[in-house]
Amino acid sequence: MDTPIIEFERVSKIYQGGAGPVTALHDVTLRIAAGEFIALIGPSGCGKSTLMRLIGDLEQPSNGTVRIKAKTPDQARRDRDYGIVFQSPVLYDWRTIRKNVELPLEIMGRPKEQRHQRAMELLKLVGLGDFGDAYPHQLSGGMQQRASIARALSFAPSILLMDEPFGALDEITRERLQLELLSIWWEAEPRPTVIFVTHSIPEAVFLADRVVVMSPRPGRVQRVVEVNLARPRAFETREDPQFFALVTEVRECLRATETAG
Amino acid sequence: MLPVIGLVAALLLIWEGSKLLFGISDQRLPHLGDIVATMFTRTQGGNGPLLLVQMLINAWATLRVAMGGFFIGGLLGFGLALLFMRMPILERGLMPYVIGSQTVPILAIAPMVVVSLGRMGAEPWVAKIFVAAYLTFFPVTIGMLRGLRSASPQSLDLMRSYAASSLQTFWKLRLPASLPYLFASLKIAASASVIGAIVAELPSGSSEGIGVMILNAAQFYNSRPPALYLAILVAGLIGVVFYGLVALAERLIVKR
Ligand SMILES: Nc1ncnc2c1ncn2[C@@H]1O[C@H](COP(=O)(O)OP(=O)(O)OP(=O)(O)O)[C@@H](O)[C@H]1O
Ligand SMILES: [Mg+2]
Repeated sequence: MDTPIIEFERVSKIYQGGAGPVTALHDVTLRIAAGEFIALIGPSGCGKSTLMRLIGDLEQPSNGTVRIKAKTPDQARRDRDYGIVFQSPVLYDWRTIRKNVELPLEIMGRPKEQRHQRAMELLKLVGLGDFGDAYPHQLSGGMQQRASIARALSFAPSILLMDEPFGALDEITRERLQLELLSIWWEAEPRPTVIFVTHSIPEAVFLADRVVVMSPRPGRVQRVVEVNLARPRAFETREDPQFFALVTEVRECLRATETAG
Repeated sequence: MLPVIGLVAALLLIWEGSKLLFGISDQRLPHLGDIVATMFTRTQGGNGPLLLVQMLINAWATLRVAMGGFFIGGLLGFGLALLFMRMPILERGLMPYVIGSQTVPILAIAPMVVVSLGRMGAEPWVAKIFVAAYLTFFPVTIGMLRGLRSASPQSLDLMRSYAASSLQTFWKLRLPASLPYLFASLKIAASASVIGAIVAELPSGSSEGIGVMILNAAQFYNSRPPALYLAILVAGLIGVVFYGLVALAERLIVKR
């Protein structure tokens, strides 16, 4: 792997909570290449969100170093390298959908014309072309999450951080959005690096180039499973025997972490 | 419109019904019809304007004072909330005094304010506005502070990820997120400012205001009970109107 875009060097994170210190991550070393799609999976509380937040400069490591494009995460954040999508859409409910998508561009001082055009372009891309003037509460959960993805993409960040973005959606919507996300990511130029936190094994395998399997607290990287499924992936990918084999591999791996403790 | 008519009819029924049922004398509870009738009697021994007109003129005087106090108290509350948000140390230091200021009965403070400001040579309306503002700033401080802190951690994380300045975070997130809270407190403040204005009219020997009307009517209650009831109804009306104005402003400003 040539120069990684994201580099974790023996990173630990200890939270100083009310009930004493909690080691959320212990000695994590990880390298991620530009344009990769990485899925993070592991039992609840193993530090997936923490890892993602360390990349995005929303938390600071207690030990070790995090480098983003050979910069500090703080510098990368100031360079607007991160687009973030959370499990809930976090749309601002006093703004229309279009205005929500424009928000980052507004803050970055882009001219009005350009903002407007870019927002409409992205809303079309995520299938919300007709809903620009609606308010968030007028949209279904799946549509709101699409809008929040459009907002994260609006300023073409080089790294997309997604923390269980489809976790609250039903299975049908979820599988549709997985396909849509893949095609948006695949066609984007330049292609962003994606860190995708999930609890779903098939979702991780379907989306990712590599699945990072984490062990329970204190979180460590247990194993990294390479997913050699052809791209672009399609609906049929989920019926591929190789897909099942990989799902089984990740599942076994997760079970091993549970018993190893 | 139908609910309003229904409500008026129900009020009429309860009012007149309880008079009939419990045998309440006209001296203690006049007929609604008599209250309506006094509206159209002439004041000043038959040469002045209608009583209702006089009441409304005085109500307007009170509403003006209430609005002045509401405006000043609202700004003060807004400013304090901003200050407390930026400097939590100040909140811990000053909040006890802010709360204490509201526990002292306004009836005790109003005469002090009126007298001492009067001695300093201030116009009577200054003291009245002061008292109205005094009752207004507290709910606004509390509501606005709550509102400024209502933005979710994740919405703040987003702002951080855009590398937004703290001024941008204020204008585009904290302030709009606070508006529902601000308006809830402004509605409380609207009625509080009317109470403040009326209470300040009582001791000042002032010449105008619905408070003065209430005092006068109370003085002549034995000979003319309906007038006091009318004055009280009009005082209530001031609060309703002011509340309505704030609610209207909210509908125009808060979008969603
Ligand atoms: N701000 C915080 N203060 C104290 N402890 C925290 C904080 N954030 C997370 N933790 C603790 O760190 C550990 C890892 O949390 P994290 O949210 O990263 O887990 P996760 O893998 O994302 O879990 P989940 O799958 O449930 O979202 C947990 O034990 C949690 O209690
Ligand atoms: Mg999490």
